Amino acid sequence: MAGDALKVNGLQKSFGKNHVLRQIDLTLSPGSVTVLMGANGAGKSTLVKVICGHHRADGGTMTLAGSAFEPTDAADAIRKGVVTVHQSIDDGVIPDLDVANNLMLDSLVDRGHGLFVRERHMRAEAAKVAAAMGIDVNLRARVSDLAVADRQMIAIARAMARAPKVLILDEPTSSLSATEADRLFALIDRLRDQGVAILYISHRMSDIRRIADRIVVMRDGAISGVFDTDPLDYEAAVTAMLGHRMTDVDVAVQNGTKPVLELQDLQLFANAAPINLAAHDGEVVALVGLLGSGKSRLAEILFGIARAAQGQIRINGKDYAPRSVEDAVAQGVFMSPKDRGTNAVIPAFDIADNMTLPFLQGLSVGSFLKARRQRSKAQEMIDQLGIVCQSVGDGINTLSGGNQQKVMIARWLLEPAKVLLLDEPFQGVDIGARRDIGRHIRATAPGRATLVFLAEIDEALELADRIIVMNEGAIVGEHANQNIDLAALVADISGAKPIATGTAT
Amino acid sequence: MNDRLLDFAIRYGFLILLIGLIVYFSLAAPGFFGPLSAAFVLQSVAITGILALGVTCTLVVGGFDLSIGAVATSALMLSAYSMVILEHPAPVAVALCLAMGALVGFINGLLIVKFRVPDLLATLGMMFLLIGLQRIPTQGNSIATGMMLPDGSVAEGTFSAAFLWLGRHRFDVVIDRLLPMPVVIFVAIAVLIWLFLGFTRHGRLMYAIGSNARAAALVGTPVNRYKIAAYMISGVTASIGGILLAARLGRGDIASGNNLLLDSVAAALIGFAVLGVARPNAFGTAIGALFVGILLQGMTMMNAPYYTQDFVKGAVLVAALVFTFYLSSRRTGTGH
Repeated sequence: MAGDALKVNGLQKSFGKNHVLRQIDLTLSPGSVTVLMGANGAGKSTLVKVICGHHRADGGTMTLAGSAFEPTDAADAIRKGVVTVHQSIDDGVIPDLDVANNLMLDSLVDRGHGLFVRERHMRAEAAKVAAAMGIDVNLRARVSDLAVADRQMIAIARAMARAPKVLILDEPTSSLSATEADRLFALIDRLRDQGVAILYISHRMSDIRRIADRIVVMRDGAISGVFDTDPLDYEAAVTAMLGHRMTDVDVAVQNGTKPVLELQDLQLFANAAPINLAAHDGEVVALVGLLGSGKSRLAEILFGIARAAQGQIRINGKDYAPRSVEDAVAQGVFMSPKDRGTNAVIPAFDIADNMTLPFLQGLSVGSFLKARRQRSKAQEMIDQLGIVCQSVGDGINTLSGGNQQKVMIARWLLEPAKVLLLDEPFQGVDIGARRDIGRHIRATAPGRATLVFLAEIDEALELADRIIVMNEGAIVGEHANQNIDLAALVADISGAKPIATGTAT
Repeated sequence: MNDRLLDFAIRYGFLILLIGLIVYFSLAAPGFFGPLSAAFVLQSVAITGILALGVTCTLVVGGFDLSIGAVATSALMLSAYSMVILEHPAPVAVALCLAMGALVGFINGLLIVKFRVPDLLATLGMMFLLIGLQRIPTQGNSIATGMMLPDGSVAEGTFSAAFLWLGRHRFDVVIDRLLPMPVVIFVAIAVLIWLFLGFTRHGRLMYAIGSNARAAALVGTPVNRYKIAAYMISGVTASIGGILLAARLGRGDIASGNNLLLDSVAAALIGFAVLGVARPNAFGTAIGALFVGILLQGMTMMNAPYYTQDFVKGAVLVAALVFTFYLSSRRTGTGH
């Protein structure tokens, strides 16, 4: 097609002996959204980094709107009209500046810009940009004080101020709730209408269903499928990504035996409706809800980070009121937090040190670590969870996202828990790793109560025995994961039903 | 092949350079290679080395301690004041200094952890405070036996022999009276800190805090306590350095110890480059201190003027930092 925005031909890239990209051909057309799918380690991120100028290609050509495109660095790619919004939002905004300054930042870099900032002019321009993008926040607010979704919108708006030909979005919804994601999709629709070629990288089927005009699937550094028939064949796309058919996971529902964790009239914050909930031995309970529904708050209270306003927590019949994370861990309540990059990964450490971090005391004589024992423990978990690595001594950052997440989950499976809390365990994880993790969590469930905090219904359906819906700090619905009424579940989540006092048992 | 070469260069480059230096000076400067010269080098780096080991602990938890130089000179003045003016025996003077170091470290830690003052600023403030404080009791004068006190009397106390022994005693190794006591203490502290940081769970948790404090907190690490502990270690080692300096000088010299802070911080930062680990470590710090000492000793023996010393130290530091941050990042930056 003559009107291609970006055309990639025979692109190759290796890191040492590792061929990450082999002969990639990719075409992006103006006014259409191409979704790039692929398991972790398939080479998506590397492809994006080559296109946006972070890495140089080893071979192949790229043409942008008909002329050769060889970005020397990220700034050059942006200048030529290829703009990328990266997965970690804070790369795209300056947290200490206010919204207006962030939106106008690129014009400040412009060489044509005068020495002094014309404050009023800049604010007027910023207001225009914000209005055009449908961003409704105080332009004088500091970006660091904004919600994640707003920061994301600002990062994208900043990108759009450049009027790019190609916009690349790398997992933009990974930290957004459903409503926030809807705003993002509306924005993407608008940009598509303006004729921007969009490359959208995501794991989430719901996102893909919503916005894809075309799906390109990568596997092992090569394109394994292009889907552009109407309607799109999602099933085939997933198959192309995994190399085998996607089968629905059947959960053999366990009701659990005796109650382990009991919440009695627990108020997450002052004036919230009290929560009553019991989680049983061997049971996996999913707590779903939008951002701000109180899920995270509940997890924090159970893990000793925050205090409940009122009410009791009991574990195995005994009162439980952790004073700190240390205290919670000592009492057998473990939590794998969300956003592993900020909350879990120790980037300087290898796999073994990362995994065994909470339980070093048990792995040492006096104060001295038993390095061999530490390694053998880690190796056991690597085998059980199928973590792909060379050895336990690999640096954690040499692993793909899915494998990193497996290490983070394995960390809390090393010792038996009474209550295991998993906050968004599938964040930024491909379907293959997600299945591995889910299977292992279910297999090890007996002997503890497991609470999983999730935003995605698919993930809950795949993992849980029981799904509890939260909204505004209260429990608004409960569904056993058997012949589940999806419509009712969705209605609960979106808050269609008035909030009743939670009485789940 | 290229990758392996780079890897080798990053890991052993600094050690090879060190050996190269020793060989070069041994050939070029007669008398450089020998026990006396070695003992001299060790003697010259012992005190900065001890301070550097302390600051390494604060670097490990992602902090920084700018007050170590001031703590050392405070300990120097305090020991002199305690013995000369208050006429305390040596053990009391030593205990006072160690307690002072621990207290300063504790306050530094509190400022950083509880009052959320950024580490550089908190310890910078503490540095100023101590430099001023140590001059108040003597009205800005140095302390020596027989000095005139403000009330007109003469200070009767003396530096006891036991105290001076700490700084001046030399053990018989190979040659009679060769190895100075401060060197023995330096090596002992280096081994202790090396074991502590590298092989205990406390050390491992401190590295975890330095790498990602939030993640460390979320596995139940008492982050604040470890941070305070790191500053206390730094304070105590700095006060040990001050005690040894006082014992060597035999007087409370207000002007000594000016270079301690910069020299020891340089040693700790050069230590990042040793073995190419690109993070603070006790072995690297000790080698870093030694590297500077050997270079200066060799240059002195080849008649380089003394005023070039700081320039040389600075050049080594800059080279080591480039080595650490540029080469190592190239090595680790090849993931996807």
